[in-house]
Amino acid sequence: MNAPDAFALTCDNLTLGYDRHPAVHHLACAFPRGAMVAVVGPNGAGKSTLLKAIAGELDPIEGRYRLGVPRERIAYLPQRGELDLGFPVSVFDMVAMGLWRQIGAFGRLRPAQAEQVRATLARVGLSGQEQRPIGTLSGGQLQRARFARLMLQDADLLLLDEPFNAIDSRTIEDLSAIMQDWHAEGRSIVAVLHDLELVRRVFPHCLLLAREQLGFGPTADVLTPERLARARTLAESFDEHAPVCHRHADEEHAA
Amino acid sequence: MIDALVTPFTDFEFMRRALAGCLALALGATPVGVFLLLRRMSLMGDAMSHAILPGAALGYLAFGLSLGAMTVGGIVAGLVVVLAAGLVARSSILKEDASLAAFYLMSLAAGVLIVSLRGKNLDLLHVLFGSVLSLDDGSLLLIAAITSTTLLALALLYRPLVLECFDPSFLRSIGRWSPVAHYGFLALVVLNLVSGFHALGTLMAVGIMILPAAAARLWAKTLPAMLACAVGLAFASGVIGLLASFHLDVPAGPAIVLTAGLAHVASILLAPGGAFGARLYRRRHLEA
Repeated sequence: MNAPDAFALTCDNLTLGYDRHPAVHHLACAFPRGAMVAVVGPNGAGKSTLLKAIAGELDPIEGRYRLGVPRERIAYLPQRGELDLGFPVSVFDMVAMGLWRQIGAFGRLRPAQAEQVRATLARVGLSGQEQRPIGTLSGGQLQRARFARLMLQDADLLLLDEPFNAIDSRTIEDLSAIMQDWHAEGRSIVAVLHDLELVRRVFPHCLLLAREQLGFGPTADVLTPERLARARTLAESFDEHAPVCHRHADEEHAA
Repeated sequence: MIDALVTPFTDFEFMRRALAGCLALALGATPVGVFLLLRRMSLMGDAMSHAILPGAALGYLAFGLSLGAMTVGGIVAGLVVVLAAGLVARSSILKEDASLAAFYLMSLAAGVLIVSLRGKNLDLLHVLFGSVLSLDDGSLLLIAAITSTTLLALALLYRPLVLECFDPSFLRSIGRWSPVAHYGFLALVVLNLVSGFHALGTLMAVGIMILPAAAARLWAKTLPAMLACAVGLAFASGVIGLLASFHLDVPAGPAIVLTAGLAHVASILLAPGGAFGARLYRRRHLEA
């Protein structure tokens, strides 16, 4: 038996949702430390809800999850950031805020740290764009900047909600190479994705969701045609008058 | 010419006091206005000024035309409304604007009710339109103290406040600064509205916050430049408004706010970010 913090994240009969209707219910899975897990499933499967809960923005309806890393070592990239692109702030300043844990609200940005910000911008391919206002970036460049800020946060567990939405293939290649670097550095990654080709190619582990857990484990074992077909039929079934769910964790068949 | 611009201030003490008051307001209230504008809360300042009025009126009713009572009353009423609205917005599905509108209307109604209980004989014109040309030592000190507090607080809150403006979800994800920045900033809004109403009145106080900020947004590309530009415009409006009031014998408060308004209209016409900016500043585009 592993010690508890051999896992970056453990879900224990976890049910999440809004207003009694579960978005996803009875999750039971354990993400090993350093694992790179893709969360896959149709729209409405509860993927974003899961990430939101782990990020601490939503309380579970039932069950619980356990973090194997301190809460401040988690970095979360929401699907739709609330970024106000009209705000007069430069790319450099926006990305440098990833160093918040070191410089806080009052600390000065030391020359070495400024150099670190520039190096990170170079890593995501934004060299020379430091002084541009964020509102003038293209969608792909903005996502590169958000990745750069995420890198500077130096987190142990990274939560990425559909990071490649409306992003061109070149940017996806660059950014998924960065995610593989994080993986090599031993960070734990949980990313919601729709591109199954990319998942098969890049992500060793996969969690298939459709309001409930349809599979968790090595990607090739989880993404079978039968399971994907089942996921498609399950995800759409919202029922205003759904009966009360009496299922318990122990009845949950191991996926 | 120089005479007309300088002698009013050298010859008359009340003009010098008014000038000092305008400088303090430009340094304190206007930076707060810049953040109000950037947080898309410009109209909220207006609502807040209504929320303060009943508190000030209550202070006036209880203690007469006492600077302290009206100030404390205004600050308490403003803070209660801001806190209640903020708590409701963060714990229910109502958004900030809706819950603020609800609470300031309640505050306003309560104020009108209290005032009418005492009947007439109320000289609240001072509260409504201010008295920048008759600032006494107490008022001037109060305005200066609020400005000093504001500058100190803004310096401390600057980084969290900027993040709260342009990426609130990121600020929430990295710690507990979000509510500190939010409520701290709203408290600054209340303080500066109270400081503004002694000089310009509750109805005009918002003007010296928002108008220079809106004009500066059209000129400046970075936040520090915008803050400096807004403060400069606000103080210039104060000087010009006071002189106009002196020479043309018009009320000073509206003259100052109208001057700021004219500066804003000129900025709309002339600034790079204004209505014709794209055409006025057109240069041949670059290779890349």
